[in-house]
Amino acid sequence: MIRMENVHKAFGDNRVLQGMTLEVPRGTSTVIIGGSGTGKSVALKCVLGLIKPDSGKIYVDGKDAADTGDRDAFLARFGMLFQGGALFDSLPVWQNVAFRLLRGSLKRPVDEARAIAIEKLRRVGLKPDVADRLPAELSGGMQKRVGLARAIAAEPEIIFFDEPTTGLDPIMAGVINELIREIVTEMGATAMTITHDMTSVRAIADNVAMLHGGVIQWTGPVAQMDDSGDPYLDQFIHGRAEGPIEAVR
Amino acid sequence: MNPLDLLARLGRLVMSVMASFGRVTLFTLDAASHILRPPYYPRELGIALLNIGWLSLPVVGLTAIFTGGALALQIYAGGARFNAEAVVPQIVAIGMVRELGPVLVGLMIAARVTSSIAAEIATMKVTEQIDALVTLSTHPMKYLTAPRVLAALITVPMLVGIGDIIGIMGGYTVAVQNLGFNAAAYLQNTVDFLETRDVVSSLVKGAVFGVIAAVMGCYYGMNSGRGAQGVGRATKGSVEAAAVLILAANFVLTGVFFSI
Ligand SMILES: Nc1ncnc2c1ncn2[C@@H]1O[C@H](COP(=O)(O)OP(=O)(O)OP(=O)(O)O)[C@@H](O)[C@H]1O
Ligand SMILES: [Mg+2]
Repeated sequence: MIRMENVHKAFGDNRVLQGMTLEVPRGTSTVIIGGSGTGKSVALKCVLGLIKPDSGKIYVDGKDAADTGDRDAFLARFGMLFQGGALFDSLPVWQNVAFRLLRGSLKRPVDEARAIAIEKLRRVGLKPDVADRLPAELSGGMQKRVGLARAIAAEPEIIFFDEPTTGLDPIMAGVINELIREIVTEMGATAMTITHDMTSVRAIADNVAMLHGGVIQWTGPVAQMDDSGDPYLDQFIHGRAEGPIEAVR
Repeated sequence: MNPLDLLARLGRLVMSVMASFGRVTLFTLDAASHILRPPYYPRELGIALLNIGWLSLPVVGLTAIFTGGALALQIYAGGARFNAEAVVPQIVAIGMVRELGPVLVGLMIAARVTSSIAAEIATMKVTEQIDALVTLSTHPMKYLTAPRVLAALITVPMLVGIGDIIGIMGGYTVAVQNLGFNAAAYLQNTVDFLETRDVVSSLVKGAVFGVIAAVMGCYYGMNSGRGAQGVGRATKGSVEAAAVLILAANFVLTGVFFSI
């Protein structure tokens, strides 16, 4: 279980998170929605310790994420798909996917690691022949899926997906939505997903949280999303230009 | 401007220079501690040895051979003014081994290696690859910095040694071909004149300059700003800093080896 309590983060005078509080129960899928630049990616990075919050607490299974004794063991429980893919461009695709399996505490024999990588690539809809290519030789959507394969390769308990379906065609987006759902229901993983795609929200979420103005504006089960009565959430999910959220023009 | 204001500015400048110096020192110590502690990444070290050592050989060789040749011509022409043309072998040897070999190789490494390390790591930082490394339980200092610094520590002294020899050979070729020196006597003079201390100082300088070059590349890369501009700034800053520090370290090391 992940709990963020009153987390604040500013970059200079750009105050991004201003008291974000969110709870993600174990084995559930939470989707974070919110306008571009509201700090969704920053929030995920705070949980992983990639960005240090200015104040507030983050707990993972009741333990303070800021002072985990063994950082490697802590991070080994997580998988993360970065918004930009963040593939290692000097390594071929399969070594990207199997990165964790080729070194450190989860190290396996090379053949086995490669076989797992190819299997994960298949699960995200990529053929084995991409395995030996370099990331720069793939299309944007393919890179995204390699990033996804890398995030799930070591079968982590907690997985963060930062915009998993952006840049994918609708059919592939459907495949990825199903995959994320499977990972949560079959493997019992805890997932936090950021997306702008409302179809995706309905397909993956148990719970939805909307980030606006540096705080969680609304949170609840996905079934209650349509009749929440929250004007911010309504404007967002229906994509209206008029409403309490200012659309700068 | 008000003199107090000037003083305050000067104070701030000194403070910021001291602070950067402290940060670089801590970074270097951190890199050293990662070199010593497992896990080790032999594959990364192999790639770094190849990039920093082997692939620098052509540029080091060319720099050294032209410098040695030019040095022989200069010393011959300069020496002729007071009938001291005969010192060419000795001065070429001492000039190459003590000063020009290490400094020129150091500067070439700053140009070739520091810039590429800084640009590569800065690009990784900007595209979140460093963050990705961390989430994959791999320490960026251990995976990126340690192999590069270790590889520079091992290979740059070798490059300096090779540069010294090629530089002397450049001087030898010019002296024997164009200036009428006797080949065997030239080599004998060179060997007789050089002391162990000259050679040791050359290699020690090489090791220090190599570490400076690699550390500055990694430091600026890891602390790069955002975007393409951040990568550009990191690369430029790393080469400037490495070159200036190499020249300053050369001055200090020359003092340590030869003024006592
Ligand atoms: N490392 C950083 N340094 C400075 N500012 C940053 C940094 N990371 C993020 N920001 C700023 O924080 C704000 C939130 O960024 P973030 O990437 O979290 O947005 P987001 O909600 O994920 O948006 P999007 O949906 O477009 O991805 C932005 O204004 C951004 O400029
Ligand atoms: Mg984002």
